[in-house]
Amino acid sequence: MGEFKVHRVRFFDYMPTAIRAMAFNSRTERLALARADGALEIFNFADNYFQEKVIPGQDGRAVEALCWVGQRLFSAGLNGEITEYDLENLRPRYTVEAYGGPIWTISSNSQGTLLAVGCEDGTVKMFEILEERIQFQRNLDRQKGRIISLSWHPSGTLIAAGMMDMIRIFDAETGRATHRLLVERGVGASKSKEVVVWSIVFLSDHTIVSGDSAGKVQIWDGVTGTLVRTQLVTKWDVLALSVSNDESSLVAGTSEGTVVQFQFISSTVGQQDKEWVRTRTFKNHSHDVRALAHTETAVVSGGMDTQLVVRPLLDKVEKNTQESALRKMTLPHRSLVCCAKKAGLLLFQFPDHLELWRLGESDGHGDSPLSVSFLFSLQVSKLPKDLRSAHQLCFSPDSSKLFASSSHSSVIVVALNQPECKYLHTLKPKSGESESNLQSNNSKLPMSCVCLQLHCTVPVYSSCPTAIAIHPTTSNLVAVHADQQIFEFSLVQKEYTEWSRKLQKQGLHSLWLERDTPITHVAFNPQNPAHIILHDTFMFCIIDQSLPLPEAKTPFYNQMTLRSLPEPQRIIHSHAFKICKNFQHLMCVSLLEDHSLVVVERPLLNIMSQLPAPVRQKKFAT
Amino acid sequence: MNKTITVDVLREPVRANHSTGLAGAEKQRFRWPLTFNCLFSRDPTSSTFFSSSMAALYEGYTLCGLAPAQNLLSSGIQGVEAERDSDHVVVTDSTRSVTLYKVSDQKPLSSWTVKQGQTLTCSAVYNSQTKEYVAVSDGKVIRIWKEEEILLDKAFKATVSSDVWRVHCVAGGEPVVLFQRGAVRLLDSLLSAPQQSIEEILAQEEVIRWSTNIVTESQQVVIFTTEQKGDHFLYLQRLNPNTLQRYRLEREEPGLSPLSFSASCRDKHICLLYLYPNGHVYQSVVPVRGLGADEGAQALLMPRSLLLALPIGEGLLEAASAQVLDDAHVAVVGVPHPSAGAGKDFLCIWNTNFQTLQAGKEMAGKIYGQLWRYSNKLFIPHGKTLSVIPYEWPKSSLASALGKLRQAKTEESKAPTSVPSWNNILHEEKAHPLRTVETRKTRTNRKSQSAPSLTNDHILELIKTAPVEEVQKEVEVLLSRMDVQGLQPSVGQLASTLVSRSLDDPTFYTPSSLAQLVHTRCLCHSVCPDLVLLALERKDYFLCQLCLQFFPDIPEAVTCACLKAFISMPDVDAEKVSVEPDGVSFMESLMARERGPLGLQNGFSPIEMDRSDSLGVGDTRAEDKEKATTPTVQICPVGLHKAVLLNEILQTAYSDSFLLPHLKDLSSQHVLLFLQYLQFLYLKYSQDAFPQMHGLRSPSLTQIMDWVCLLLDAHFTVLVMTPEAKGLLLNLHSFVKSQVRLVSELGKIEGSLQELNKMKVKKDVGQYSIEVIELF
Repeated sequence: MGEFKVHRVRFFDYMPTAIRAMAFNSRTERLALARADGALEIFNFADNYFQEKVIPGQDGRAVEALCWVGQRLFSAGLNGEITEYDLENLRPRYTVEAYGGPIWTISSNSQGTLLAVGCEDGTVKMFEILEERIQFQRNLDRQKGRIISLSWHPSGTLIAAGMMDMIRIFDAETGRATHRLLVERGVGASKSKEVVVWSIVFLSDHTIVSGDSAGKVQIWDGVTGTLVRTQLVTKWDVLALSVSNDESSLVAGTSEGTVVQFQFISSTVGQQDKEWVRTRTFKNHSHDVRALAHTETAVVSGGMDTQLVVRPLLDKVEKNTQESALRKMTLPHRSLVCCAKKAGLLLFQFPDHLELWRLGESDGHGDSPLSVSFLFSLQVSKLPKDLRSAHQLCFSPDSSKLFASSSHSSVIVVALNQPECKYLHTLKPKSGESESNLQSNNSKLPMSCVCLQLHCTVPVYSSCPTAIAIHPTTSNLVAVHADQQIFEFSLVQKEYTEWSRKLQKQGLHSLWLERDTPITHVAFNPQNPAHIILHDTFMFCIIDQSLPLPEAKTPFYNQMTLRSLPEPQRIIHSHAFKICKNFQHLMCVSLLEDHSLVVVERPLLNIMSQLPAPVRQKKFAT
Repeated sequence: MNKTITVDVLREPVRANHSTGLAGAEKQRFRWPLTFNCLFSRDPTSSTFFSSSMAALYEGYTLCGLAPAQNLLSSGIQGVEAERDSDHVVVTDSTRSVTLYKVSDQKPLSSWTVKQGQTLTCSAVYNSQTKEYVAVSDGKVIRIWKEEEILLDKAFKATVSSDVWRVHCVAGGEPVVLFQRGAVRLLDSLLSAPQQSIEEILAQEEVIRWSTNIVTESQQVVIFTTEQKGDHFLYLQRLNPNTLQRYRLEREEPGLSPLSFSASCRDKHICLLYLYPNGHVYQSVVPVRGLGADEGAQALLMPRSLLLALPIGEGLLEAASAQVLDDAHVAVVGVPHPSAGAGKDFLCIWNTNFQTLQAGKEMAGKIYGQLWRYSNKLFIPHGKTLSVIPYEWPKSSLASALGKLRQAKTEESKAPTSVPSWNNILHEEKAHPLRTVETRKTRTNRKSQSAPSLTNDHILELIKTAPVEEVQKEVEVLLSRMDVQGLQPSVGQLASTLVSRSLDDPTFYTPSSLAQLVHTRCLCHSVCPDLVLLALERKDYFLCQLCLQFFPDIPEAVTCACLKAFISMPDVDAEKVSVEPDGVSFMESLMARERGPLGLQNGFSPIEMDRSDSLGVGDTRAEDKEKATTPTVQICPVGLHKAVLLNEILQTAYSDSFLLPHLKDLSSQHVLLFLQYLQFLYLKYSQDAFPQMHGLRSPSLTQIMDWVCLLLDAHFTVLVMTPEAKGLLLNLHSFVKSQVRLVSELGKIEGSLQELNKMKVKKDVGQYSIEVIELF
């Protein structure tokens, strides 16, 4: 295949923000995740943990808690508002002011009819969930001190609230507080500090589990209001609790970055009486674990160190399978880097600004390249009205037209003639299905813009596409899906290409299917139409369609072997997938016109070094 | 039941920490210079880690409340003096009353007060010979009374002609009176003529600062220090015959005078310990017997040595006190804890030999710089209470100071930390639920009531006299009762008492108790140096094996003595010895391979090589040699149990230069046998990846080779001269040859290996670089 000049770029200072809240919908197997900057992400756990939706954050809309009600997602934050999200068009649907000061927590009853929020002013406010909106119903008895955490009893008749120094149990019907459970403060110096009940769980057998700022996980009897057991888990705070659906396992996240598992088991073999016993401790985080979710098979945790960690419980999954592997997700599952192939420019996307960089010239030795950077400011004032929200932008090859995928599955076409741009058309698919290029949904409807008519529909596949591109010369559409499958669809013949059929028939190599990060970008080699360039976080791959596909038994990562072989033998051993793992934590791989590669890396160490200091922990001999 | 499980889970990480923290599981070779370096380069803070495992200070309890003076400068207590036994003390307050306390009950038994208007000017003492109390009121009135007398005013009084500084009385001595002007009288002789004239010893502006009284077997000595215009003097007044000696203390930084003194008697010398406000603790040693120096001569300068330089934080110490506990430990109060910030309200115990902090305890409230010690209790007035703090520690040893004693030595985590007896298991089960429900109060009560010293002392007494069976039973009960953490201090005492009784009394020997003690892993050789030799003497080879296994600091001479005993033991006798089952099963599996297939796996066969080497000489010789070598190679030259014991020797830590001279004492027969055994082991090991396969305790290949080299070093000339050794030496020679061949082969590919090494180095990539890669 030959030599490539590689621009190795590490100056993209992408910095993910801390994970603040999580909610797992076990019916749809989707995890909603809120970050400190207000951004919301939806992960599809059924589809290889793909990050299928991202709703960017806004200033002053910090999300403190998330809650699924059926398919609907609600959030509440310290700005005192409750927000419901439009997961189709990826934006907030509406917000409702709760008039109780900052909201710390939100929780719905298991019937999905009521939403309770805990406010700074000490009230628990009930909202009725209607078809299209939510409506304030009433306040429960007002308490002194803020409501930090809430948990409904599965029957929906009782609700437990974690506060400062205490836990209250309310009767949800009458709104009266029925029990007051006093939480002991920490020992020593923290004796004078109020203890915060950060998280609370109300189980169906009327057991209440609380996690607090004194580092305790406490188990209470909700009927009598007595303390059953105290487990000191950390010297710092227990910030999050989550219980499995069958209420047999419970996890607690601490400020030390550990996640501690408790299980409801009988402590001696053969005995019937079960109790909550501390069993395992996971340490996958360097910083506070702020949010937790207990799925059927795994513990999902996230916190200050910005990583989302899926830790399978080895008693629930089969050993040594893909399912039992630990997953850490740090980088986004979409491309934040755009590359101008002819001009050699790089555009970096940040939450609130863009950066444009010019790639340098090599002096032949590969060192001291020159790069120029300048900030770019967008003029949005002159854009037509219809182009207010766009998920994806695309220019026509001659730069005369701009295509924007917009809400309601439409694509807006804008002509870019100087000095202003003009709205031309809106392309609407007949069905209600959306295209929105990368953003979800399983059917793809590319259109021919010349005739402004629906050209054809690509067949539906069960897994979400993670990257799509249309070949500039052959007009083949290449799509890679979250389950790592690759399809090539000829837009001319309106059918899968021969190569794609062959690939499907033979099947992809098992090592390819076992990768745990999705392909985020597809590009082509302008000089050789048979070359497709793909990359995920840990490798990039050039597929040479002219070469034979790898058999199940052939060594897949064979670059090292090929290097050691003499020239003539290489052809016998080489296969279509040329994989290079020299570069890690990739944000972008692209091929420039001059046949040189651009590789944008974001080493995790650099992200780690920008995090604030973790809580102090005593280490041996310090 | 359930509680215990959770507790165990919680403890797990702690235990893991412990073992990782203690440098490797394998016994480290003990290299003195290195150990000392790391010891003294350590700052005192890090040494506090050891204190946790040593637990020298027990939880304290309050003896009585205090009525401190308004300005809070003095505690309101004039003195605490010992009474009839270790459990009674007499407390004299600074005004009018004397109270007798039973310490363990925290209860006053009786109290006496002088009339309003009179004050007690020195603390009351108890004369154990006459069972009388002696105190002085208003400087000149000596009062003597018995416990039954209720009213002090009706008791005996005598007025003397000069002001009294203090009355001293210690067990075994007569009461002595020290006058403010320095004169000393025995109380009896003073009372016979109370108005006798008292001479002035001290100069005009010289005043007494501190005094004490020490009784040695031959002599009673009154020691007092004085201050005169910033100079400090020490007076040694010996009684019967009376001689007085005057020393001048070296000046510390100008303006600093000693905060506290403490004297102890050791080896016919008096050790004086004094603490300066800059945290320096000095020690001076003066002989009890005078030099015969003439009285009144020029004061000698007293030599001193800096014992400790305590960290004092900011500013100088104001109210602090140092008290000698034994020849290696000092209790200091009023000095900051090195790892707890600037607060000075700590009671710390320092080891002066190793400059390490052994234990520390925060004392609530103001410290007045007063500290008394009687038997194994410290009395400290602080804040508004007088607290009693029992203390205890093991005999000082380098191993304990380094925290090495509790080291888990091998990977085997299953090794019991306490004695595996039914008794023990039952007691433990009972103890656990108890601990979880008890409140703080009951805990302190329990601690104070069953202060371990009492039961310990009891057993120590018992060991000295009781028959074997009873001693064994009591030791077992004691071990099972004590929780493992608290064991360490007493185990050393127990073991040394047992050993000394056994050494004195040839009919007395308690193998099982000693084995139990060694099994606790709280012992080391330096704590109980006679133990191994005793075991050897009594042919208790099982105990020897345990000691070799568990002691980190066995000297090379003792290792060699064990080796000699093991190797010279007839195999028949050896099979009767009971040994650790682990070692036996290891050796059994090793020997079982003797009957296994003959083919050597790694392509390495010394016999084969011999043949090829000697091809030129002739086949017959090669066959002969094969005949000669085959038996030594295939059959273990020593019996099973003997082999197990020898393996234990191989695994002990040693230093070549110390071991070598002792090895030379072995006879050539024994050396030959041992070498044959080592060769057997080596061959077994090199056959395949056998050794650590079972996770059993076994010598490593390196240990075996080291011993082979050592033996050859020590006895090479003798071996060369011994005809029986010839075959063996030739065999060993062939090993070496094969090794040399391997190394030379490795040398050939050294370049390639180095390249491998270079490949590992990762380049530091900058923010932006242009590279060239090639895809195939």
